[in-house]
Amino acid sequence: MQESLRNDEELLRQSVIELMDVDIFYGTYKAVKEVNLNIPKNKITAFIGPSGCGKSTILRCLNRLNDLISSFKLKGRVTYHGQDLYAKDIDPVEVRKRIGMVFQRPNPFPKTIYDNVAYGARVNGYKGDLDELVETSLRRAALWDEVKDKLGESGFSLSGGQQQRLCIARTVAAQPEVVLMDEPCSALDPISTLKIEELMQELKENYTIVIVTHNMQQATRVADMTAFFNAEAVGNKGNKVGYLVEFDQTEKIFSNPEEQSTKDYVSGRFG
Amino acid sequence: MITTTIGSLKKNSSSPRVILGTVMTGLSGLCMILTLIPLIAVLFFVFVQGFSRLDTDLFTQLPPPPGLDEGGLANAIIGTLVVVGIAVVIAVPVGVLAAVYLSEFSHGNKFATSIRFATNVLSGVPSIIAGIFAFGLLVSSGIVGFSAIAGGVALAVLMLPTIIRTTDEALKIVPQEIRWAALGVGAYNYQTVLKIVLPAALPGIVTGITLAIARAAGETAPLIFTALFSNFWPNISPQGLAEPIATLSVLVYNFAILPFKPQQELAWAGSLILVLLVLGTSILARLATRRKVY
Ligand SMILES: Nc1ncnc2c1ncn2[C@@H]1O[C@H](COP(=O)(O)OP(=O)(O)O)[C@@H](O)[C@H]1O
Ligand SMILES: [Mg+2]
Repeated sequence: MQESLRNDEELLRQSVIELMDVDIFYGTYKAVKEVNLNIPKNKITAFIGPSGCGKSTILRCLNRLNDLISSFKLKGRVTYHGQDLYAKDIDPVEVRKRIGMVFQRPNPFPKTIYDNVAYGARVNGYKGDLDELVETSLRRAALWDEVKDKLGESGFSLSGGQQQRLCIARTVAAQPEVVLMDEPCSALDPISTLKIEELMQELKENYTIVIVTHNMQQATRVADMTAFFNAEAVGNKGNKVGYLVEFDQTEKIFSNPEEQSTKDYVSGRFG
Repeated sequence: MITTTIGSLKKNSSSPRVILGTVMTGLSGLCMILTLIPLIAVLFFVFVQGFSRLDTDLFTQLPPPPGLDEGGLANAIIGTLVVVGIAVVIAVPVGVLAAVYLSEFSHGNKFATSIRFATNVLSGVPSIIAGIFAFGLLVSSGIVGFSAIAGGVALAVLMLPTIIRTTDEALKIVPQEIRWAALGVGAYNYQTVLKIVLPAALPGIVTGITLAIARAAGETAPLIFTALFSNFWPNISPQGLAEPIATLSVLVYNFAILPFKPQQELAWAGSLILVLLVLGTSILARLATRRKVY
């Protein structure tokens, strides 16, 4: 893994988020160990791996959403443009303004479509033209044409795929630099999935995207870089701890990975 | 070769299971009718007795002095609204904020567990104890004396547990993911609670508040020795709220035991209005619940 990354020194220099020797605990249970990872700027990075290996956990630690879980503890360093995200004087709210998140299940607010999109801008004290922001965000999320005549209707009136794109518009409207997506398509039909994948390709011009996916084809279609995580049993109580197996260009991971377990996983032999 | 025997699919009405089923269905139907009888009888009785006095005088006149005819109970209607209003002004903010603390900010600590327990205990406390509490706190201590305020405090104590519990539950139903989403776009905790979580839980909260109002409006015991009673128009000014005030429930209690027919009729009419008030608020609560978000 070290060797292959040497070819990407350009990439490395441009990383937005860096994880250094990150261990994550829920109470005394160690969920993730020794993760070292650099998220490159304006690229799509995919996290793949079997369920329970800590992909969501790692994703949430990138914008301090894990703070809401009282048993959560992190060791090691996570930096954003060189700033330690877990330093004492960091305001998690400022972190989340810059690093937005789209969740597995579409979770629009119980508000109108317009207010869903405008919410982030409003709480952040956005000074510009709100109507314009809502329109551009909905356009970016490829939803504008479908909802432009019913912005006053509830976000719940949309289909699942539309709701997820609404959630993406909501995240985009908060004007983050990084967008984290935790299995954003797992609750969607194939057509909505394709729409969202196209959307990600467009978004990466302006944003850095990290996506967790269980869908190998999706990773090969959208991701520039892919990180494969796995979990191994520790002790004799059946506890599993997740770790990063391999991180490389997506083509490399899927065609010629360094590790046998990566090869087994991407060829569908386990997980 | 495959041979199967297909038994008859017809219902066997003499089998013990079928008979038992029929008997049990009949029994539970009977019990349902038994529980409905007192409810319908009360409603019917109150309607029949109170309906004859349901005229405009009832809503515009003061009660007549003993021995005289006519009159109404306008002062008691206003008084009930005033006392319940005071109770709402006290109990709703305190109760809702307490529930917000329990559900959103306590993270299930020991303190929160004990408050939840105390709330449950409080909801089982007989209403007369709430009256004694307000009497000791405000009346016998000489702070305000027998007054609308003392009555309102007594009712507020009764309303609090209902409001706290229903709000707490309404907040718990709001999916965790919505809070995460709000925080994920850079909202502070208080913004998430005020703009996202509370509006989502509003129908449930409104239901709890109306149920609490419906219960408080009919309470008599805690008002007898706090709000007392008055035969005159209530004075809705800061000084007036520190004076005794008439309420429907105490009027019913006072007048029903008088030996004068006009007063007894007024007591029935007062009961009818109380029943209609409670019915109305319960229907409002139902309507609010129907607009549930989650
Ligand atoms: N809030 C939590 N509290 C305690 N343990 C958790 C929590 N969330 C996840 N875990 C545990 O951490 C491990 C990794 O979970 P997760 O990050 O959700 O995996 P993945 O997203 O890869 O399926 C699992 O063993 C899971 O049980
Ligand atoms: Mg997950």
